Amino acid sequence: MSASKTHGHAAHGGHDAGHGHHELPFWRKYVFSVDHKIIGLQYAVTALVFLFFGFTLMMLLRWQLAYPGQPLPVIGKLLGESAMPGGVMAPEFYNQLGAMHGTIMVFMGIVPLAVGGFGNYVVPLQIGAPDMAFPRINMASYWAFLPGGILMIASFFLPGGAAQSGWTNYPPLSEVTQTPGQTVWLFAMVLLITSSLLGSINFIVTIVQLRAKGLTFFRLPFFVHAQFVTSFLLLLAFPPLEAAAVMQIMDRLANTSFFLPAGLVVSGEQWHAAGGGSPLLWQHLFWFLAHPEVYVLILPAMGIVAEVIANNTRKPLWGYRLLVYSAIFLGFMSFVVWAHHMFMTGMGTTMSTFFQTTTMIISIPSVVILTCFIMSLYGGAIRYTVPMLFATAFLPMFAIGGLTGLPLGLTASDIYLHDTFYVIAHFHYVVAPGTIFALFAGIYYWYPKVTGKQMNQALGKVHFWLSFIFINGVFMPMFFQGMAGLSRRLYDPTIYAHGRAIQGLNVLISWSAWGLALAQLPFIWNFFASLRHVKVAENPWQSTTLEWAAPSPPPHGNFVTPPVVYRDPYQYSEPGRSTDFHPQFAREA
Amino acid sequence: MDETKYGYWFPPDVSTHGVQIDQLIDIVHWFMLILFVGWGIFFVYCLIKYRARPGHAATYLPPKAQFTKVIEVSVIVIEVLLLFWFSTPVWFAYKNHPPPEKDALVIKLVAEQFAWDFHYAGKDGKFGRTSEASMSGDNPVGMDPDDPDGKDDIVTINQLHFPVNKPVIVQISSKDVIHSFNIPVLRVKQDAVPGTRIPIWFQATKPGHFELACAQLCGLGHYRMRADVLIDTPEEYAKWAAENAPPPAEPPTSAAPENQQGAPQK
Amino acid sequence: MSAHAADAVIPHTVEPHPVTGIPNGKFGIWLFLASEVMLFGALFSSYVLIRTQAPHWPPEGGLSSEILNVPLATVNTAVLITSSITMVLAWASCKMGRIDRFRFWMGATVALAFVFLVIKYFEYTHKFHDGHFPSTNNFYAVYFTLTGLHGLHVIGGIVVNTFLLTAGTRLWKTDRDHFTNRVENAGLYWHFVDLVWIFLFPSLYLL
Repeated sequence: MSASKTHGHAAHGGHDAGHGHHELPFWRKYVFSVDHKIIGLQYAVTALVFLFFGFTLMMLLRWQLAYPGQPLPVIGKLLGESAMPGGVMAPEFYNQLGAMHGTIMVFMGIVPLAVGGFGNYVVPLQIGAPDMAFPRINMASYWAFLPGGILMIASFFLPGGAAQSGWTNYPPLSEVTQTPGQTVWLFAMVLLITSSLLGSINFIVTIVQLRAKGLTFFRLPFFVHAQFVTSFLLLLAFPPLEAAAVMQIMDRLANTSFFLPAGLVVSGEQWHAAGGGSPLLWQHLFWFLAHPEVYVLILPAMGIVAEVIANNTRKPLWGYRLLVYSAIFLGFMSFVVWAHHMFMTGMGTTMSTFFQTTTMIISIPSVVILTCFIMSLYGGAIRYTVPMLFATAFLPMFAIGGLTGLPLGLTASDIYLHDTFYVIAHFHYVVAPGTIFALFAGIYYWYPKVTGKQMNQALGKVHFWLSFIFINGVFMPMFFQGMAGLSRRLYDPTIYAHGRAIQGLNVLISWSAWGLALAQLPFIWNFFASLRHVKVAENPWQSTTLEWAAPSPPPHGNFVTPPVVYRDPYQYSEPGRSTDFHPQFAREA
Repeated sequence: MDETKYGYWFPPDVSTHGVQIDQLIDIVHWFMLILFVGWGIFFVYCLIKYRARPGHAATYLPPKAQFTKVIEVSVIVIEVLLLFWFSTPVWFAYKNHPPPEKDALVIKLVAEQFAWDFHYAGKDGKFGRTSEASMSGDNPVGMDPDDPDGKDDIVTINQLHFPVNKPVIVQISSKDVIHSFNIPVLRVKQDAVPGTRIPIWFQATKPGHFELACAQLCGLGHYRMRADVLIDTPEEYAKWAAENAPPPAEPPTSAAPENQQGAPQK
Repeated sequence: MSAHAADAVIPHTVEPHPVTGIPNGKFGIWLFLASEVMLFGALFSSYVLIRTQAPHWPPEGGLSSEILNVPLATVNTAVLITSSITMVLAWASCKMGRIDRFRFWMGATVALAFVFLVIKYFEYTHKFHDGHFPSTNNFYAVYFTLTGLHGLHVIGGIVVNTFLLTAGTRLWKTDRDHFTNRVENAGLYWHFVDLVWIFLFPSLYLL
């Protein structure tokens, strides 16, 4: 089939005889590697560990929500007297769990897995490149990410614990909270942002400059387009948050007042700062990043879903060009909607009309993309493989998440729904049964590429169905909590009558969350145990895209001779051929 | 307080403007439901009809789908309607047409970690001067003790009293961190941002005892930053205002010679 | 290509891409500069917001040009502009194959950068000596933070340029074009650092 296979070892990054390299020492080959595949795996595994840690934080938090003021059996005592005095969660620990759950899941879990993990591993292979454009900068970006992540987690062990002002870190609260954990959050963010910036530069240059011969822009798999737009968002949206972090560090360490107005009285004492600043300035800078950030969270997932759907419907994606243009438009619009997070801050009618309008406009490309994906099922021959189960479930889940953004994006309805559980349900539907399901699809789909083995499909189906049921059990009731007026970030919702009336939902949600955790056990087992399986055929999914031209796993340098691309990415079920797939890299017509 | 009013959907709406907000939320959700069910039916249809099975192959060429264009255009039209026919007018009416101050009961609010300090102007209708520098545990709103206008002012902590069927304007501020003034049954929510004074208005349609819940994370006590909202009949309100007015000030003792026999002591 | 024998050979590291017309490094540095524009843009925007919201500026009266040292900053402006010129000459020397001239002009660039930092050091210490710190009021907060972050970028430029002057020159022996491209990319970054100062100087010191 392909001239680019070598007789490389099956081990990770096995060395390529064609280049006459010396064998690298272990630490250069697997630790400080410059190979995009090793770096991609480093990102993926680290991010999965952080994801599970962030999930654990939430599971702890759910105990307090289901059983407010009750001691947590066994684990409660282990967490120490300051966090859980007598086994009962302290309110400040609850706030730490909330803030760090959000921070870790977004910045240390999803983005590093979706972009650093999947992007790094798959993009060079899908474009026929030997590696990323800047392999050493790639390595540097991982080694900025890891210390940033470790620093974040280490902040739990500082006096006063971790940051506790929400993942949004609004001043003045984040500045009058005197714990070192709050300062460490800012420094860790600087490291994480640096990692993202380095990575995004690499992705853009790689995708533009290193495509194989014949691989024009409109022959790229949608996954690559999605990563391309995502990288522009990371490149241009993160720096304002970095600027804001620098200013908040100055406020905390040098006692400046970028975000503090004059005359604050905290705990009965005059707060000693010059004043003249504005808390809303932080909000603008934060949301200028954080809104594009949510598209960073969803675009790579849409890319994965596109690949899996095309492959498992055995027909080309419907509306490929529409998908590409919609992704670009979505990326562009994501820069001009940010203040819809700030409707309740005293915003005037002019500004709020602008942001409501742009928010309504940005829903259009999302609707188009979802419609294209659903239309892609029509006329297909759908194989319900494990990746396809996750990719299929993504569609209605993303629909719920996206649609429920509408009442939040309209100011009048936002008056009631802002800062309630409705918001939490909305964004979790997009990120959890949305993005995370897509990431699971990607893991099951590309596992054979990375390891040469297949994950156990039966276990995969158990993982899918249990996760699907429990994840809806977690987030669907939250819409009702929001409709009932229940605010978010409440240590004890039963303080309020409208909270007491629906406290049963909190019990249901918490048990669903713990069930969801158990549902991941078959996956974790499967992930590791499958490494001992027998090797499977090359290209077991019978896919058309370029990454399947290289051996599994690919050797260092990926392709011995650079591949050539002859056709569009999803040529499945072409009439008159003996097989139902026609790879991009296959010479024969 | 009547707990039976609360359940799995909206709490009661006792405001004049709330009905439009509830209506908008309802309409948007019908729109969302129609889209979701529409997509959903087609989605499930495809999942079943186009599943792989022996003898069934995929169709290479894309279907010519006119109806997707129709869907897209309809979505855009409906969103424009939602935006400019419903949401914007409701928001504009609320923001741009507050009641004139002379017709309303004006209350000043200072939010703090973790209490709501309400300041009423009292019988004279004039607020005493306040300043951050004067704020302390005994003087939560920082009243100037020498300002005569402030002598009859009422300050309450976590108790918001006002009469039904009369516009109320609350001027919201915060002395420390961002809080959010949130009364679900009145469908009002407004952030209290330090360094700003933001007015918000509402008018209640029914008396009752309700709750105010802080809606912006403000520290470890955020969850218990609760105030009682007491919507009174006009008589109840007058009674409350009279009972809570501070005692009248002592008449000044004069040092003029003709009063050497001593001014009457209180 | 590089010192790492294990690196895969990456196309367009030196030869330009047929469509974009530039090699990878140049594209990369332009993207990096785009992100830096967003970084300093956010800081400048914050300065505008803080300044327009303030009742008077500077908050304690007077004029920016009276509080800050305009003559020293003017010298610094000339220093940076000159260093941009020497940077271009360093690159041109590479293009002409004159590594000796490259060393001279790059050395001059690094030296001028140090002069800039020394002058800034005197400016800062003078302020501290007079009891003016970032915490004094937002005028000083903005001044120290913006010029401080700019100063960090100057230090970054010094590190890169010094590397090119010393260990980096090894690449000249094996691949002149690659080395010259690196010098060009470093030059683009350095011109950006200069350009930020050209915005900082009038907006902080003069207006």
